[in-house]
Amino acid sequence: MPIITMREAISQALWEEMERDERVFILGEEVGVWGGTYAVTRGFYDHFGPERVRDTPIAEGTIVGAANGAAMAGLRPIAEMMTINFAFLAMDQIVNQAAKIHSMFGGQMTIPVVIRAVGGGGRQLGATHSHTPDVIFAHFPGLKVVSPGTPYDAKGLLKAAIRGDDPVLFIENATLYQAKGEVPIEDYIVPIGVSNIQRAGKDVTIVTYSKMLQVSLQAAELLAKEGIEAEVVDLRSLRPLDMQPVIRSFKKTNRAVIAEEGWRSYGIGAEVAVRVYEAALDYVDAPIRRVAQKEVPLPYNRHLEQLALPQVQDVVEAVKGVL
Amino acid sequence: MAEVVSMPKLGFDMAEGKLVRWVKAEGETVQKGEVLAEIETDKATVEVEALVAGVVRKHLIPEDTSVPIGEPIAVIGTADETIELETLVSRAAWASAPQAPEMMVSPAAPAGPAKAAGEGEDGGLPGGVRASPLARRLAEENDLDLARISGSGPQGRVVMRDVQEALQVGGATPSEAPVYVPHEPRPTERIPLAKLRAAIGRRMTASKQQVPHFYVTAELDAAPVMSMRSQINGLLPEDHKLSVNDFIIKAAGLALRELPALNASLDGETIIRHGEVNLGVAVALDEGLITVVVHQADSKPLLAISEEVRVLAGRARSGKVRPDDIEGSTFTVSNLGMFAVDHFIAIINPPEAAILAVGSVRDAPVVEDGRVVPGKLMQVTLSADHRVTDGAQGARWLQIFRGYFENPVRLVMDELAGGAGREGL
Repeated sequence: MPIITMREAISQALWEEMERDERVFILGEEVGVWGGTYAVTRGFYDHFGPERVRDTPIAEGTIVGAANGAAMAGLRPIAEMMTINFAFLAMDQIVNQAAKIHSMFGGQMTIPVVIRAVGGGGRQLGATHSHTPDVIFAHFPGLKVVSPGTPYDAKGLLKAAIRGDDPVLFIENATLYQAKGEVPIEDYIVPIGVSNIQRAGKDVTIVTYSKMLQVSLQAAELLAKEGIEAEVVDLRSLRPLDMQPVIRSFKKTNRAVIAEEGWRSYGIGAEVAVRVYEAALDYVDAPIRRVAQKEVPLPYNRHLEQLALPQVQDVVEAVKGVL
Repeated sequence: MAEVVSMPKLGFDMAEGKLVRWVKAEGETVQKGEVLAEIETDKATVEVEALVAGVVRKHLIPEDTSVPIGEPIAVIGTADETIELETLVSRAAWASAPQAPEMMVSPAAPAGPAKAAGEGEDGGLPGGVRASPLARRLAEENDLDLARISGSGPQGRVVMRDVQEALQVGGATPSEAPVYVPHEPRPTERIPLAKLRAAIGRRMTASKQQVPHFYVTAELDAAPVMSMRSQINGLLPEDHKLSVNDFIIKAAGLALRELPALNASLDGETIIRHGEVNLGVAVALDEGLITVVVHQADSKPLLAISEEVRVLAGRARSGKVRPDDIEGSTFTVSNLGMFAVDHFIAIINPPEAAILAVGSVRDAPVVEDGRVVPGKLMQVTLSADHRVTDGAQGARWLQIFRGYFENPVRLVMDELAGGAGREGL
């Protein structure tokens, strides 16, 4: 199986889906002639042409709004937010329109829109350009929120998002674009809403996703050297949230740590922890711990930024705290 | 102005304390110096006194709760002031607090039946035991009483492994008694290490591993002390008689004043030579050993030392020592004389630099002017920290100690001189 980067995996998914279905098209800032801010759509403009790879004004509400309209008219748009931080400008179109139209109009139409957005901190882009606001979007019923942690999942999940009839926010983490992994050549999809055990273990369950999956896997390696076997569960999608593998794992380990890049308050960790308590209280042997970003606007200074972001050691210490 | 009462630090290695009893209920008035609560440390149960007068407005932790030192445990204020706990107590302290407190405490209710301890937002622990839900379920399934299982989790929480261990112990098959033995062997017991036992183990292990001990032994003529003691005791009521140990404490105190090199502690690259001579006296309790402290033993009269040791030991045996009773010793005396031992060697009680182990006074033949005559001898062994001092100095100290002990009239010179005879004879 070829080993490729996350960037290549996402690019392949887009390319293959555009080849497969001519209703699929891309719109966003600098996606065409420039080839994408993160070079994901490089070469697309020349191959598919300006009709299907559309450069837009810097107007996020308009980008998603246009995508919603095109979807209602029968196309399958992929709208790109240059970063997820700019998706706040398109909030109404995302959570009030895309997420609700199908329900509010009695199912007369579907909104097969995929909104790709890059998020995450750690690249010294300052507080306003470094959000990991995944949980905000996952709050709204009607919108699927997907965030892969490996190239394999990125390609399979993005294809599933494009082929599905629901609006999907597909959140990429910029620090993962260079992450490498095995990706098959043949066509496949990864169904949205299925959590996955990335590493088996028996002592503690680490629940995570996206970049923190990689961080957690590194922590699991370190813990293994001390004889602690962590089971790492990748949520892969935040809505729908598949708790079955988490609960199954927790009933085995009786201890859990939840690692996310966003802030702790009202976060993924809170949601997952309470669902574990609801489903498996009699299996709880220690209070669940959360690893998350410090509760500050993310600093620009490189050292402070790294201090504020959850690191491998934070996961290791949290695990030791529940053992 | 309301004041926060925090878990006090009652020993240099004390990390947390367990509040065993609130002596003052919420709403009760407390005077400065009155006993507020009883706290169990590694070493003992200690009474905590209020540092300010006022009304106990709130207990921040329930009884039988262990919290780290410095953690707020109560609020004392006036009866009617409105207290904002949030601002009163630092954020840091709350972050690690086991339960989040109420944001506001409304003015205390007028006198009447006080709210029962443990009622309200702090609740009682289910079944009175801190245990994880999993441990609860396992205990229930196996018909085990959680209260009888000691918890190894945070704050003494009973967790899965504790229940599993209890199951293993409980499930052991009793051995069959051989017919020729009249009694069944006593079943093997697994006794959880008591706090005091564990603390002694920790400290003594650290001392024996980290402190290079050396030992100097001397045999002393105890006849003069025995004779003087019997004269003095003839004048004292039954329950105030002097013990040999009182003479040893006084003699050690004076010897340390004269040779302060052993009245010391090592602190990194620095030797601290203590100003005060505070003598620790080892007291054996059922649950272990505790050292009570006679502060400034060198300048106290023999009778005062005797009375103080009696009171301190009494408090220690009844589990009611106060912080001052066990803190600040600079040198320790450990006496096993009452058990008819010839001699023994003690482990230094850190951070002190030395300890004196005292054997029994026994009848023995001694040589006097070339003739063997009946005498009374006592062996003492000094253990000292080689990083602070060395053998010659240890021997020198024993020599000084002998000078006082074998001439006990010197032990009362202070008293004869009205406390002014600082240099002795």
